[in-house]
Amino acid sequence: MNILAINTSSYRLGIALLKDDLTIGVHETYVKVNQSTRAMPAIERLLKDVHMNANEIDQIVVAEGPGSFTGIRIGVTIAKTMAWALNIPIIGVSTLQALAYQGVSYEDKVLVPFFDARRKRVYSGAYMWGNGELTSVIKDKNVEMELWLKELQTLGQELVFLSPDLEEFRLDIRSICHEQAIFPSLPFHRVDPVHVALVGKMNKPEQVHTFVPKYLRMAEAEKKWLEEQGALLDE
Amino acid sequence: MGAFNMKKEHIILGIETSCDETAVAIVKNGKEIIANVVSSQIESHKRFGGVVPEIASRHHVEQITVVIEEAMSQSKLSWVDIDAIAVTEGPGLVGALLIGMHAAKALALVNNKPLIGVHHIAGHIYANRLESEFEFPLLALIVSGGHTELVIMKAHGEYDVIGSTRDDAAGEAFDKVARMLNLPYPGGPHIDRLASESDATIDFPRAWLEEDSYDFSFSGLKSSVINYIHNATQRGEDIQKEKIAASFQASVVEVLVEKTYKAAQEYNVKDVIVAGGVAANNGLRSSLEERFKNSEQKLHIPPLHLCTDNAAMIAAAGSISYEQGKFASMNLNARPSLRLSSK
Ligand SMILES: [Zn+2]
Repeated sequence: MNILAINTSSYRLGIALLKDDLTIGVHETYVKVNQSTRAMPAIERLLKDVHMNANEIDQIVVAEGPGSFTGIRIGVTIAKTMAWALNIPIIGVSTLQALAYQGVSYEDKVLVPFFDARRKRVYSGAYMWGNGELTSVIKDKNVEMELWLKELQTLGQELVFLSPDLEEFRLDIRSICHEQAIFPSLPFHRVDPVHVALVGKMNKPEQVHTFVPKYLRMAEAEKKWLEEQGALLDE
Repeated sequence: MGAFNMKKEHIILGIETSCDETAVAIVKNGKEIIANVVSSQIESHKRFGGVVPEIASRHHVEQITVVIEEAMSQSKLSWVDIDAIAVTEGPGLVGALLIGMHAAKALALVNNKPLIGVHHIAGHIYANRLESEFEFPLLALIVSGGHTELVIMKAHGEYDVIGSTRDDAAGEAFDKVARMLNLPYPGGPHIDRLASESDATIDFPRAWLEEDSYDFSFSGLKSSVINYIHNATQRGEDIQKEKIAASFQASVVEVLVEKTYKAAQEYNVKDVIVAGGVAANNGLRSSLEERFKNSEQKLHIPPLHLCTDNAAMIAAAGSISYEQGKFASMNLNARPSLRLSSK
């Protein structure tokens, strides 16, 4: 079975092609350049490089978020349209779970993948590897980092932090979680598109028409509007 | 992309997501609509009093494959019958444009079809060709929420912009005045309706600009309307919405009609076409018809469903690029402030 995996959830672009469990091609770039001009050329090029036609793809796995709103929409739109046109299954994967895959050598420790969500907030969740399965311990959420670290600290377990944005938060993590915090070395802090594909194997296919990104955050205008409605109700 | 054979008879699938409509259509030879599906988000944006870009983008992702499927099933065609995929590349809301663009690229890649980028305004112009064939030279008046332009065309795909707005677009002015009068969003149709119930008795200014200019300006008019309402309120007078709407609309329409008429004479055009959402305005339609009644030029105003954003117009404009072999590659980008030009 040929699997196409797509991660466009930040400026880091990752595309992978797998034949069952075997990786046959990967394209990754980490430059801060517009995602929109790079994603489809990368898919086109990768298919060409491995001598595969688009219609030979049997399944599409896409990082569904959290991440940059525009970025995850691009990935999800490509995945939905290709899956619909080819009439093949589409599988969504939490970008955080794909990142947590990097903690495979830390069995039975709490894995904490996170992305900077600005204003001292992060997108994060807690995962654990055990018996060859990567399971969610605390659901993905958009949370203030300080509150999140305090919550994690009370678990009383070793915490493996994984994030491309680790440096911005390293001191905060140390000051709250102290010696519970473990920081793996640099290469493990990126979302590997192959891991997107492998996590996809643990998930069920989605309905193509109703499949949407997992933003984990309301649009600003909607939040404001709801607050105004709330205020009106209170009056 | 030299690998594609162009055919004389051809069928283009068009995609449009530049604002708040998710639209897909299938058009034969640039003239004949085979399928035309528009999913409007307007109900969702009403509560915010205007289109919210982030929410528009979210809705496009929800709708895109549904709308493509609906267009394909309406057409009763299969992918072998489709010769190219055309998509709006700009101008518009960037996040919204990107959804249509990536759906178009995915369809082009999977089905091995050429990809065509279309200028949204070229689309509005070509909506008219779905009704009747163009005769060049041609003058197009484009009036919408984002645009007020006069364009001369001497041949297919060649655009010479001779005038454009220096501040607000005509449709924008309608929406802003509607908001001042506490009319619901979108305000244009409400102004139009109220205007029909009164005479234009308030003397709002007409911005003619320089003698030889085909440019437009509506911000001064907008300020006059604000001042008028403000002063009336200060004096404790009743705001007569009908009178204000009629007088405001008369000012916009007179400038649009006179500049269009003057340009039509100066450039000695055969066809005058009107395009864009404001072309649905009854005051504008009837004044144009009146002005061009005894003139040499043929006036074309598309039916209402082709004035507002749709994808049939994108497919129709894409048809010209197809015939001229102008194809895009997979790195086609959404261009929010793309200018109309011959390329
Ligand atoms: Zn438009």
